[in-house]
Amino acid sequence: MSRYSVFSVLKGGLTGQTHWGRAWRDPEPKPEYDAIIIGGGGHGLATAYYLAKLHGMTNIAVLEKGWLGGGNTGRNTTIVRSNYMLEANAHFYEHSLKLWEGLSVDLNYNVMFSQRGVLNLAHSDAQMDAYARRGNAMRLNGIDAELLDREQVRRYAPVLDFSDSARFPIVGGLLQPRGGTARHDAVAWGLARGADSLGVDIIQNCEVTGFDIQGGAVKGVQTTRGAIKAEKIGMAVAGHTSQVAALAGLTLPIESHLLQAFVSEPLKPFIDGVVTFGAGHFYISQSDKGGLVFGGDLDGYNSYAQRGNLPLIEHLGEEGMALMPSIGRIRMLRHWAGVMDMSMDGSPIIGKTPIKGLYLNGGWCYGGFKATPGSGWVFAHTIAHDEPHWINRDLDLARFRDGRMVDERGAGPIPGHH
Amino acid sequence: MFRFTCPHCGERDVVEFSYGGDASVVVPDLAAGEEAWFDAVYQRDNPRGPHVEYWHHVAGCRQWIRVERDTLTHEILACGPATGRMRPETGGEGA
Ligand SMILES: Cc1cc2nc3c(=O)[nH]c(=O)nc-3n(C[C@H](O)[C@H](O)[C@H](O)COP(=O)(O)OP(=O)(O)OC[C@H]3O[C@@H](n4cnc5c(N)ncnc54)[C@H](O)[C@@H]3O)c2cc1C
Ligand SMILES: [Zn+2]
Repeated sequence: MSRYSVFSVLKGGLTGQTHWGRAWRDPEPKPEYDAIIIGGGGHGLATAYYLAKLHGMTNIAVLEKGWLGGGNTGRNTTIVRSNYMLEANAHFYEHSLKLWEGLSVDLNYNVMFSQRGVLNLAHSDAQMDAYARRGNAMRLNGIDAELLDREQVRRYAPVLDFSDSARFPIVGGLLQPRGGTARHDAVAWGLARGADSLGVDIIQNCEVTGFDIQGGAVKGVQTTRGAIKAEKIGMAVAGHTSQVAALAGLTLPIESHLLQAFVSEPLKPFIDGVVTFGAGHFYISQSDKGGLVFGGDLDGYNSYAQRGNLPLIEHLGEEGMALMPSIGRIRMLRHWAGVMDMSMDGSPIIGKTPIKGLYLNGGWCYGGFKATPGSGWVFAHTIAHDEPHWINRDLDLARFRDGRMVDERGAGPIPGHH
Repeated sequence: MFRFTCPHCGERDVVEFSYGGDASVVVPDLAAGEEAWFDAVYQRDNPRGPHVEYWHHVAGCRQWIRVERDTLTHEILACGPATGRMRPETGGEGA
């Protein structure tokens, strides 16, 4: 692999930039690997990268049914944060955020991680109290959090509606300055290039269609490109977690729902950080290309359609107008949807399954992009050692049976409500 | 978009309804034991295809109805009262 640097760009200038090679190989699947990761999204690729880099497992493959990052990795609104209150989530997402802070350098690939801040708005005194509590919990866990009053919010995001006629007046907010956004495709590509350079086979257009399980232990997979053997297999297929797990005879505490995202025509710099509305579910940021990127609630019913419906678009438009009426005449350019693996307590599941050698990474709900490096890091540890790292110990599958929910919102076992 | 044929009100837009989740879940007997309750409360088949589910006609008759809907195409396959038989949807539209 050739390293990317300013010198390679300058040198390439002499030959019309024709020196760029492909960033990763396109190998044929081998009949057997030490480990297989199913799913070539950010999580599968990060798992392979850290398995090779930190655990010396290089005879491994990532199997992807479509193309890299064609799932939720390439469909999300790219928000990265670690503003969680409960211990299990706080430690996990903060570990991930720390990995984000060094990811571009580590990968020699610019993932455009931009710590522009994530601000959650409060519109009532009760909400301010709740944010003070969450902010304190975060700070006790060593995570940055700042409680802002109305004037501080006004300075941070003057485009919001601070007039007397605002439908939900802004009282204050909770800011995580180290939060921000990253370029989602670059994350998949950078991790793929990094894993490939360490010897990992990345195999696209290869759908897993079955498992070979003998005596309670996994021995391999069937795929659209033939059978492949491995005694360690990790599933990282997000919205299709229930389907792939069902091939191994597992039923999971997960429902698949659809979430939409939107982007407007490009504008001049308008809003600095990520801002979330507190009187409904709406959030907005501005991409480096100038488009306003926004989203909100799930459509609200089980779905694998990867496309959204109109009532939610209207609902989001209303929320956006309540928060910042100045966007009223901006045109929407595109909208799309992804299949969300909503878990029963709103938190992810990363760990072992009842089948020996088969590991589960799923239940990401609508917040798994920010988890990408952390998820790969702990999942690689879990697969390499056949045991979770302490950071993902409480995010195991058995917690649902044991009654150890990690329910950040206290919404109960209704996946669409998290 | 999709529309349901409410057995009480006729064809109505999805915005009048609120989702009630998987209707194939059977609430176990109180004495059924932990395993049966764990299955009912947490475990879901989560099919990619036909799914039987409850919807509440909140902005209509306020009755619960049962719908069979394809989770991949959003096609409505059948509608009926929450208990009792569902009628296949003839003119049902996908989204
Ligand atoms: C609209 C939207 C907005 C979002 N916004 C945010 C956000 O702002 N911040 C945030 O943190 N998160 C966000 N998310 C969530 C985030 O995108 C996901 O949680 C995360 O990307 C999941 O990564 P992944 O690698 O697990 O999944 P994916 O990228 O979906 O990868 C899974 C891969 O598995 C493959 N696969 C499936 N079945 C098989 C099979 N049988 N064989 C082989 N391969 C298979 C799929 O093709 C897919 O490429 C958002 C999601 C959506 C849809
Ligand atoms: Zn009705």
